[in-house]
Amino acid sequence: MTMTTSAVFARAGGTIVIRGGRVLDPSTALDATQDVLIVDGAIRELGPALPAPDGASVIDATGKVVCPGFIDMHVHLREPGLEYKETVATGTRAAAAGGFTAVCCMANTSPVNDNRSITDYILAKARTEGAVRVYPIGAVTRGLEGKALAELAELAEAGCVAFSDDGKPVMNAALYRRAMEYTLPFGAPVVSHAEDLHLAEGGAMNEGVVSTELGLPAASAAAEDVMVARDILLAELTGAHLHIAHISTAGAIRLVREARARGVHVTCEVTPHHLVLTDEQVRTYDPNVKMSPPLRTRRDTDALGEALADGTIDCIATDHAPHALSDKEGEFDRAAFGIVGLETAVPVLLDRLVRPGVLSLSTLVARLTTGPARLLNLPGGSLARGRPGDLSILDVDRELTIDPTRFLSRSRNTPFGGWSVTGGPWMTIVNGHVVWQAQ
Amino acid sequence: MNRPAQHFREKAQVLDEAALDRALTRIAHEILERNAGASDLAFVGIRTRGVTIAQRLTAKIAAIDGTTLPVGALDITLYRDDLDMRGAPVVRGTDIPFSIKDKTVVLVDDVLFTGRTIRAALDALIDLGRPKMIQLASFIDRGHRELPIRPDYVGKNLPTSRRESVAVRLREHDGEDRVVIEEPEDV
Amino acid sequence: MAWTRKDLLTMRELDPGEIQLLVETAASLEEIATRDIKKVPALRGKTVVNLFYEASTRTRTSFEIAGKWLSADVINFSASGSSAGKGESFLDTAKTIGAMSPDVVVVRHSSAGAAALLARELTCSIVNAGDGAHEHPTQALLDLLTIREKKGHFDGLSVAIVGDVAHSRVARSNIHAMKKLGMTVTVAGPPTLIPPNVQELGVKVSYRLDDAIRDVDVIMMLRLQHERMAGGLIPSLREYSRYWGLTLDKLSAQARPDVLIMHPGPVNRGVELSPEVADGPYSVILDQVTKGVAVRMGVLFLLAGSRGGSPA
Repeated sequence: MTMTTSAVFARAGGTIVIRGGRVLDPSTALDATQDVLIVDGAIRELGPALPAPDGASVIDATGKVVCPGFIDMHVHLREPGLEYKETVATGTRAAAAGGFTAVCCMANTSPVNDNRSITDYILAKARTEGAVRVYPIGAVTRGLEGKALAELAELAEAGCVAFSDDGKPVMNAALYRRAMEYTLPFGAPVVSHAEDLHLAEGGAMNEGVVSTELGLPAASAAAEDVMVARDILLAELTGAHLHIAHISTAGAIRLVREARARGVHVTCEVTPHHLVLTDEQVRTYDPNVKMSPPLRTRRDTDALGEALADGTIDCIATDHAPHALSDKEGEFDRAAFGIVGLETAVPVLLDRLVRPGVLSLSTLVARLTTGPARLLNLPGGSLARGRPGDLSILDVDRELTIDPTRFLSRSRNTPFGGWSVTGGPWMTIVNGHVVWQAQ
Repeated sequence: MNRPAQHFREKAQVLDEAALDRALTRIAHEILERNAGASDLAFVGIRTRGVTIAQRLTAKIAAIDGTTLPVGALDITLYRDDLDMRGAPVVRGTDIPFSIKDKTVVLVDDVLFTGRTIRAALDALIDLGRPKMIQLASFIDRGHRELPIRPDYVGKNLPTSRRESVAVRLREHDGEDRVVIEEPEDV
Repeated sequence: MAWTRKDLLTMRELDPGEIQLLVETAASLEEIATRDIKKVPALRGKTVVNLFYEASTRTRTSFEIAGKWLSADVINFSASGSSAGKGESFLDTAKTIGAMSPDVVVVRHSSAGAAALLARELTCSIVNAGDGAHEHPTQALLDLLTIREKKGHFDGLSVAIVGDVAHSRVARSNIHAMKKLGMTVTVAGPPTLIPPNVQELGVKVSYRLDDAIRDVDVIMMLRLQHERMAGGLIPSLREYSRYWGLTLDKLSAQARPDVLIMHPGPVNRGVELSPEVADGPYSVILDQVTKGVAVRMGVLFLLAGSRGGSPA
């Protein structure tokens, strides 16, 4: 059941009691069967057998796992300008269906979110049509052109929680250095899609024996590593908070580890697809396994899994990149980069990482809650008293087959279609209101 | 033929080794008699056993009147009218290392049945040149013709039912010389 | 061994028996080229569409002749002068052609995987006539047929593939096929033209022409595309030809007296091959072209000759 989502933020915060679930909150190291009480859209109390206030909804979550609402800090909502791929309304519904209660949306809309009016527009859309919370990420440079800084202070004031040119990395190191310096006072990270555009030029997949066999133009892991190294050095120079988006190589992990050991303020995220898929999948030439950065090798996925478990990787983000079918069918090397991820991330990760024991459930939840909340200074990601009444409730025993035709996203470009998985979201609560519930 | 052999079992022997050889000798004499000698004669066998029979016949003729006649091999796969009804076809190639122009070509096959193989063979031969005449030697004629084709030389007429099969077994391929009637195993 | 595949997309996916069947079938059909009347009725009533998205005179012509000698109706559809030039997507064009019920579509496209894409979308048989830098199976087959005629066998032969291996679909198809048939393959060229991790395909790598061609049975020279200089892969044609061009001097110093020189064409004379070598006694470049028609006849026949059939 999907609620009419416009009600979520138009209405006052809801009052609701979640009874009998296993409550898992990494922010307070809590893992116990308890009730959760949300009053007026904020966490009020956790404990056994809490009395329900008058007018409160009561949810029986026996056998379910109750977590702080998941936050996806890397999403493309495509609005304004590319509404045929996704909108704030459809993208946030997809988020709710995937267990996410908040998303950060990238700046590569049309026009680009490089000025306050676009940020205001996105936030207004989110208030009136959004199913979950929306935190815009502003552009680093005007028009994502890598030539002149965007009006970063005003973007921060308007509500942008980070700055990124995402898929169009700033090749001019001097300009990027200035961006890092200029944003220092805002407490918002600069987010790097780390890719040297010259090294990656023309690349449609990861360079290696598979690309050699397939004859596809390829970009080496070095295209990412070189840029991660450069950005780490710039962060070291400026003291800025650098966040590496969708880290995908063993080499980049090593660089981040070394930088952290030196005290550089660098954080990073990983996508579900980079954790569970490799370049072997490209053998089908299915454009739904084409993304940037590309799927890497088994050696890389192993390194990513290890780094996710040990905390080198702070958070999981989907890089939800909706594309219309016309952009994602046909010749592999001509297809658009990117896949949708909001509605597949949690089921895929529960099935492929948590069930086999690669990652504990509590670590997974931490990477989806405290990880992004802390590095972006967001209010959510915790069930501490007074925090937003956002919950992601999981059914880890639920068996489901991923069916892209039933996505709430406007787009269907996923490599996970047809996968049978165990575990997934069961109910999503935002601001004390149920915004999505499994059928 | 293209039938999988394991689905058939032997029902009766029709010719033994001696009878098979006598029939070949008789055909060789008939060919020489009909053509008043061996001049301008050429043999073309239809792959696979037709080629072997053609070689046996030319050996007989050489023994009878000392003439060595050329033998070619014809693969009719490319001329079949039933490719769509068969499994994956195997082309073994046509190898006729002499000109058939103005020759009397004796076309040789092991078993004459519907006549479709001979129809295809005639098309194939004529694409290679214009012979003066084509004569047909079929070692076994088992009837059931679907086309107006009649052999000039026959080793043995053998009335059969349609569901039966005739196997001309030759030393070069099968390690023995004899002709048998086979029937499907599932009856 | 019988042919059971709907399509011919790669050499990688074939087993040695299938490769041998393709070569044997092509060999059986070679005699048709020597006839006065070069036509057999095998594919009468079948339609072969040549769907060419890249300029290619020789491959398209070769398929066209092959189809016509087998009595198929051959239709040529090239990207220029068709709706492909008007912005219609490859997939839409392919579906449009598929709706006209061809029996075989022969496709040439600059994108790797284009033939596989077509094979998924259309129910007719697809022949990959070259997809990007991926594969070009009929070229490998005609190379094999040429080698078989000259050497009599495959097992144990050694081959050097020289030049722009990185961008060569011919090299990839040949590497797969030759390895399956028991041949030893060395790829050679400047390191910028050798694809990454190519050793994992079971080939040796050499960065010196003299070493690569020493005592091998076959030298396959690849065409150097002029745009490789713009990509910074080689400094100049002059330098490339000096170090990687095959000349009579280099040949006589290093190569076996019975070596075969092959080239998929068209030859950049004076770049990868000196004219004396291209036209010399070792060269089998024109044999390759002749064999190309036989190979394409064989492929078309095996794919279209038995379509819809069940073993009788």
